[in-house]
Amino acid sequence: MQQHILQVIYLIGSVTFIGGLKYLGNPATARKGNLIAAFGMIISIFGTIFLYTNHEGEHLVNLGFIFGGLTVGTIIGWMAAKKVQMTAMPEMVSLFNGMGGACAMLISVIEFNHLTKGVTGVAELPTGEMITIIIGMVIGSVSFAGSIIAWGKLSGRVKDKSFSFQQFINIGLLLVILFFAYQTVFVSSEEFTETFYLVLGLSLLYGVLFVLPIGGADMPVVISLLNSFTGVAAACGGFLYDNKVMLVGGILVGSAGTLLTIVMCKAMNRSLVNVLIGNFGGGNVTAAGAGTAIVGTIKEVKAADAAILMKYAKKVVIVPGYGLAVAQAQHVVHELETLLESEGVEVKYAIHPVAGRMPGHMNVLLAESNVSYDKLVEMDEINPEFNTTDVVLVVGANDVVNPAAKTDPSSPIYGMPILEVENAQNIIVNKRSMKAGYAGIENELFYRPKTSMLFGDAKKALTELVSEIKNLG
Amino acid sequence: MEATLGFITDNLQLIYLIILMIFVGIELISHVPSVLHTPLMSGANAIHGVVIIGSIIVMGQASDTLSLLLGFFAVVLGTLNVVGGFVVTDRMLEMFKKKK
Repeated sequence: MQQHILQVIYLIGSVTFIGGLKYLGNPATARKGNLIAAFGMIISIFGTIFLYTNHEGEHLVNLGFIFGGLTVGTIIGWMAAKKVQMTAMPEMVSLFNGMGGACAMLISVIEFNHLTKGVTGVAELPTGEMITIIIGMVIGSVSFAGSIIAWGKLSGRVKDKSFSFQQFINIGLLLVILFFAYQTVFVSSEEFTETFYLVLGLSLLYGVLFVLPIGGADMPVVISLLNSFTGVAAACGGFLYDNKVMLVGGILVGSAGTLLTIVMCKAMNRSLVNVLIGNFGGGNVTAAGAGTAIVGTIKEVKAADAAILMKYAKKVVIVPGYGLAVAQAQHVVHELETLLESEGVEVKYAIHPVAGRMPGHMNVLLAESNVSYDKLVEMDEINPEFNTTDVVLVVGANDVVNPAAKTDPSSPIYGMPILEVENAQNIIVNKRSMKAGYAGIENELFYRPKTSMLFGDAKKALTELVSEIKNLG
Repeated sequence: MEATLGFITDNLQLIYLIILMIFVGIELISHVPSVLHTPLMSGANAIHGVVIIGSIIVMGQASDTLSLLLGFFAVVLGTLNVVGGFVVTDRMLEMFKKKK
């Protein structure tokens, strides 16, 4: 009876995951979708704790430890998720993803120990289960190690590192992992424990080497990919325990995550392979990009002059970028917007699909400061409007407004769709310095006659701008 | 060959389920506006936290100290993934609420 109830709970859980994911795809229902999936997760967890029985019909024991673990995890997870700044959201997601990967990895390790206890030869082990365990462990470890590196990169703790032949080393390492995994399951007669842990170590190493050379700007794509990896690792657990809800949840995330990764790549007009081995911003590419010399001079503008320009404009478009997020300037930019609106200026935000460190990063950030949803205009819609725009204010964005993406085939970002701000009457660019953007390339836009630079931290510069506009009365 | 075929027929239901879910997953994500990519990724991140069920099962059957210890870690990490994932997603989506 209890088993039947548990199976029904798992069925409901699976349906909530599918429905939740569907609802998450629509702005109006997204929040509900998240809560529905969370509900399914909760009933599945408690159903497992109280109703699960193994083949011998025994219930789970160690309930004290289980609840202890749940409590500790809930408190830490809840506090971390509540306290994290909106700007640090991408790395937080990466960190949580890594935790899931580590969880899958540990499950495989424990199951392996359990299965091999007192066993002396591979022949005695069930091959199907061993394969599932080892796949779950490899994918889980790669996801764990990779996510930690991605987290480190996004939070600035880990720098981009690439070395020569690193592509070959990675592929070689992958082959070695496959070889020893095969050895563990099929061949080695006595050393299967040693080879198992060797595979574990190498998988962790692979996770690190896999993410390390990929540029920080491409981290969202990598996180999305690792996200789907963890999904597959979870599905392996589902296969192992013949557990449908784990299987459904895992595979769903695995396939949806893979597609999401590809969609994100498309938004940057690059292929997944290009992101993974393209070595964005690495030595050779930068040299090629910088080879195109830029002639012209930089024109600096004071906040007071920029204020006059904007106050008497008919239409202002603000282009937010990562600099806005770093400086936490989302509230002051909203203040600027309302101030200009009250002066009768039409204000819009131009949102590039990959502005910031995650697709939709800017939307989340600006929504936090109560910027109205309909003021955020996507790239394809806003591009034709730049012709009729008086002032474009670029706040901490660089590569997404670089005209080289359209004109310079030697540029590493050539082909990426950009915001065509160069068509506007005036362009004011707020940057901290003349340092290149994440792609590590110069931006010719800054040298154009229509462009003027407003140097400084985004928050300070915009605050100054706001007070200057107020001073104009 | 026979072993492979046997493995497939033994797990036929699960294999069907996997294939169908792959297609459902792809279907669910196509046509999603790029605005929602981040919350969607975060929501999917929370859903694969379902791996915690595996850690609970392992933990509930653990008898030696090492398994208990590792299992405890697995439960904690899985919970972090689930709770953190859903709460972060909710915080992101909270900001999408309709303005007057």
